[in-house]
Amino acid sequence: MNAQPIDPPAPTTSLARLYAESGMAEVLAQLDAELVGLAPVKTRIGEIASLLIVEKARRNLGLTAGAPSLHMCFTGNPGTGKTTVALRMAEILHRLGYIRKNHLVSVTRDDLVGQYIGHTAPKTKDVLKRAMGGVLFIDEAYYLYRPENERDYGQEAIEILLQIMENQREDLVVILAGYRTRMDTFFQSNPGMASRIAHHIDFPDYGADELLAIAERMTARLDYRLDAGAREALREYIALRLARPHFANARSIRNALDRARLRQAGRLFQAALAAGVDAELSAEQLTTIDAADIRASRLFNERPAEAESAH
Amino acid sequence: MRITQGTFSFLPDLTDEQIRAQVEYILQQGWAPSIEFTDDPHPRNTYWELWGLPMFDLKDAAGVLMEVRACRAQYPDHYIKVNAFDSTHGFETLRLSFIVNRPANENGFRLIRQEIDGRALRYTLQSYASDRPSGSRY
Repeated sequence: MNAQPIDPPAPTTSLARLYAESGMAEVLAQLDAELVGLAPVKTRIGEIASLLIVEKARRNLGLTAGAPSLHMCFTGNPGTGKTTVALRMAEILHRLGYIRKNHLVSVTRDDLVGQYIGHTAPKTKDVLKRAMGGVLFIDEAYYLYRPENERDYGQEAIEILLQIMENQREDLVVILAGYRTRMDTFFQSNPGMASRIAHHIDFPDYGADELLAIAERMTARLDYRLDAGAREALREYIALRLARPHFANARSIRNALDRARLRQAGRLFQAALAAGVDAELSAEQLTTIDAADIRASRLFNERPAEAESAH
Repeated sequence: MRITQGTFSFLPDLTDEQIRAQVEYILQQGWAPSIEFTDDPHPRNTYWELWGLPMFDLKDAAGVLMEVRACRAQYPDHYIKVNAFDSTHGFETLRLSFIVNRPANENGFRLIRQEIDGRALRYTLQSYASDRPSGSRY
């Protein structure tokens, strides 16, 4: 009578193994290496990754595993990397096996909202169908809703979007992006939208050091190089620029670098013309941006009270 | 009488999963899927009604499945087929077409014999369904 039936060993699963199999560490490391700063964003992506791996583990053991809702909203000031991260998101979610195709459809109001009665629904549905299996990225989503015009077709697009976001969660991930305050207004007037988006991620502004690191990466990617003087000049430039209005984070830095490239080209050209046809240029000279290229910026030469727009 | 038009029509009806797999194949080949429906299954009825426009630039079958379901919901007793158009130069035609929905009762065709020129006979087919006006056939 003491021969109790022996239970088969409880099935187990290994999170570490699933994590290793998903190649997630690699993706997160790449994200970390390629994007400067953005700590809260990276943390949240890490959390989403963990959640998806836990879901997979649960599925392995036959526990209920509902597909989590992954619709997201990215808010932040201009130039904080919302679009860049969204483009990455498709790859990350694909690696995690949450979406079937590694693709992202990026749209704005124009692509969703029609121009006459009956135009909006097919247009929105067409975009949604194209995005299915991947990520739909709606930049400046608040333009969809125009409260000042009660006959605006944006509302219709929002309703179709909501319906698909709710009913076909496994087919589509929607990412909205926009500036913080305007997105808040948008969500206040569209509570349905706010409640269907599980992840609100705020992109913080970059600090001066992060901006400098971003500048270095931008130049490296374009095969340019900042020499020591230029780096120092850029540090000062960033400090000055931060104090000015209309600062657009990484975008302002990119513009500043574009202008520096322009001045570098002008400088090389002047020198070449002066030196005559025999003067040869080295790759070194062609890639180096020096302090003068940066310091020629109007920011260094004018009193702070002058001009609103800095060049 | 079971209509056998298009690919797979001698097989049992495709399940949604099988339809999805076929559409994935269509998209992989770079063809444009479209959905058509009719309640007149005569074999010479080449032009069925369009269910929306052909779907270009799709990456995933989910969009097509969504439309198939919407079409089924509206026309549960019609024939519905998925077509795949190949725009490659030299083809520019349908490469694949299969039925994804059919009426519960397919009542088949009547053979019509027409006597001509003395004892000669001319044969034609007519669907029993087309005895009734379009829209109330199945």
